[in-house]
Amino acid sequence: MTSGPRTLYEKIWDAHVVERREDGTCLVYIDRHLVHEVTSPQAFEALRMSGRKVRRPDLTLAVPDHNLPTTARLDAQGRRLPIADPESAQQLAVLERNAPAFGIRYIGPTDAEQGIVHVVGPEQGFTLPGATLVCGDSHTAAHGALGALAFGIGTSEVEHVLATQTLLLKQSKSMNIRVEGELGFGVTPKDLILHIIGRIGAAGGTGYVIEYSGSTFRDMSVEGRLTVSNMSIEAGARAGLIAPDDKTFDYLKGRPMAPKGADWDKAVAYWRTLPSDPGASFDAIVEIDAASVAPTVTWGTSPEDVVPILGEVPDPDSFAEQAKRDAARKSLDYMGLTPGQKLREVGVENIFIGSCTNSRIEDLRAAAAVLKGRKRATNVKQALVVPGSGLVKRQAEAEGLDRIFIEAGFEWREPGCSACLGMNPDKVPAGERCASTSNRNFVGRQGPGARTHLVSPAMAAAAAVTGKLTDVRELMR
Amino acid sequence: MTPVRAVEGKAIPFGRANVDTDIIIPAKWLKTISREGLGRGAFETVRAEPGNVFDDPAYVGAPILIAGENFGCGSSREHAAWALADLGIKAVIAPSYSDIFSGNAFKNGLLAIELPRAAIDRLMEVAKTDPISIDLEHQTVTTRFQDRFTFEIDPFRKHCLLNGLDEVGLTLAMEKQIAGFEAKREPETPWL
Ligand code: SF4
Repeated sequence: MTSGPRTLYEKIWDAHVVERREDGTCLVYIDRHLVHEVTSPQAFEALRMSGRKVRRPDLTLAVPDHNLPTTARLDAQGRRLPIADPESAQQLAVLERNAPAFGIRYIGPTDAEQGIVHVVGPEQGFTLPGATLVCGDSHTAAHGALGALAFGIGTSEVEHVLATQTLLLKQSKSMNIRVEGELGFGVTPKDLILHIIGRIGAAGGTGYVIEYSGSTFRDMSVEGRLTVSNMSIEAGARAGLIAPDDKTFDYLKGRPMAPKGADWDKAVAYWRTLPSDPGASFDAIVEIDAASVAPTVTWGTSPEDVVPILGEVPDPDSFAEQAKRDAARKSLDYMGLTPGQKLREVGVENIFIGSCTNSRIEDLRAAAAVLKGRKRATNVKQALVVPGSGLVKRQAEAEGLDRIFIEAGFEWREPGCSACLGMNPDKVPAGERCASTSNRNFVGRQGPGARTHLVSPAMAAAAAVTGKLTDVRELMR
Repeated sequence: MTPVRAVEGKAIPFGRANVDTDIIIPAKWLKTISREGLGRGAFETVRAEPGNVFDDPAYVGAPILIAGENFGCGSSREHAAWALADLGIKAVIAPSYSDIFSGNAFKNGLLAIELPRAAIDRLMEVAKTDPISIDLEHQTVTTRFQDRFTFEIDPFRKHCLLNGLDEVGLTLAMEKQIAGFEAKREPETPWL
């Protein structure tokens, strides 16, 4: 246990240590566990083979999202439609069998609350400040936006948490990213996190838990904070954290799984003790001026490959390290770009608005605001909007956003991960380009040969209208 | 788990940095409900490149893979570790790893050995012609040219690997402590 002033991370950590070994490894208690169809089958199978039970089914929530098709799930008579791909159908069937067999709460594909695990957790109040939360998915870091210590785990760890409700962990180092000031006109939390990853690098946060602080985050909505914390993993960090405050409490109050009555008051009083103490020390500090961030876009195949939208594709020779020069050359070859090319002249055939990074209501509102009364360009062949959850979808429909998207030439889909990882039928065709609000521009991530440019929802909408990467500010004036 | 003491043999001089788990095993292979057979999809996009090291007959069946910085970054899919194991790889040597990957590797008895850049460069050279030996007990990587590099490994992980211990079983034996923690905390934070 740290003595003296402690960081938010240290406070959560200390409150969850069941046992500390001599070498510093700790057995850490896990308060919340999200389970989805892709990384859990082998874990449940292992439990079954060793005759083990789920220790705390009440702390576990299962939701299919990764592999689930985003086309209609019910026919005209309200009957569930089958999934065409037999392997996908089997993966879903296995989760639907495992959840009740092990006594776990399950939100199914046709339930209104279904959605991407990282959208559903906060939305249901399953994610809480000061809690430890894990999921077999690296973007679990998102939940840190509410002040939960949240991180992705592999399938063996999923099994470990199911069986013991704990994990064996070593405490990470701590990094404080401080951003002060107001984000400029047309600049969103997505642009900020892309800028941060460009600054510290895709491995810059490896071994760290990042706490984001400063006035920019204090002024940011909880949804924006979720976008930022979500991409902590793209900087290599295990988790991101933002101190819980009144915005967090307002967001959570009344959510189905959030504490109620006297418990709520007690919880809020406790949550108020969580922010890092003045004078708490971090292993690394990064300072950024919010005003220096522009609408940002990626040019390469690593999320660190970012430039402002008004910038140019860099020359691989401009990088200091040999390894980076080689990587940049490979990236440009894959992306079909040339050094010096202006990003805002790059044409796109696909638009994807969705993923756990940018599929919440604010994201859809921001995109719709740009699309209102406009149409997608003729060179854009596919434009998808995939809401993060059924609740987001309903809310958007209540606000008439679906009409705006459909009139602009977008497909309005059912919730899921969709083209973020190209596992279900939603993919970007080989050799084609996509302006995507997701989080990874890796080679083949959105489909074999797909060329991904990561952008904010407003920038994706702007690209849909002009048919090329575009400075959204031009369409906002 | 089978105990791991040493890995010896040819090493694939891959060398690439920032190899993400989408490269190790693309998403379309994740629809499986089993741990087996993923070697077929391993490095699919790399193997589509003519002259790639994975299809070079000189390295077929090699138990060691040498890579660059930040190996296994990106998605938490443990399928990456299963795919490497299915390819017959028993150890990866790289300057650094993503936290999630090294954890996944360990839990599958796959060594993720960290060595400095200079050592990696040297081993990339050796791998072209000669085998490499990894000794977990003494924490060394050696070649027949007198190279000898020592690596760090978490003592608990080393102990589990050498003895083939099942981590879930070990933790379940701490039931008293876990139940004690829950009982103490319940009145403090009843909403959890
Ligand atoms: S939307 Fe993408 S990043 Fe998010 S959980 Fe799904 S696959 Fe992972």
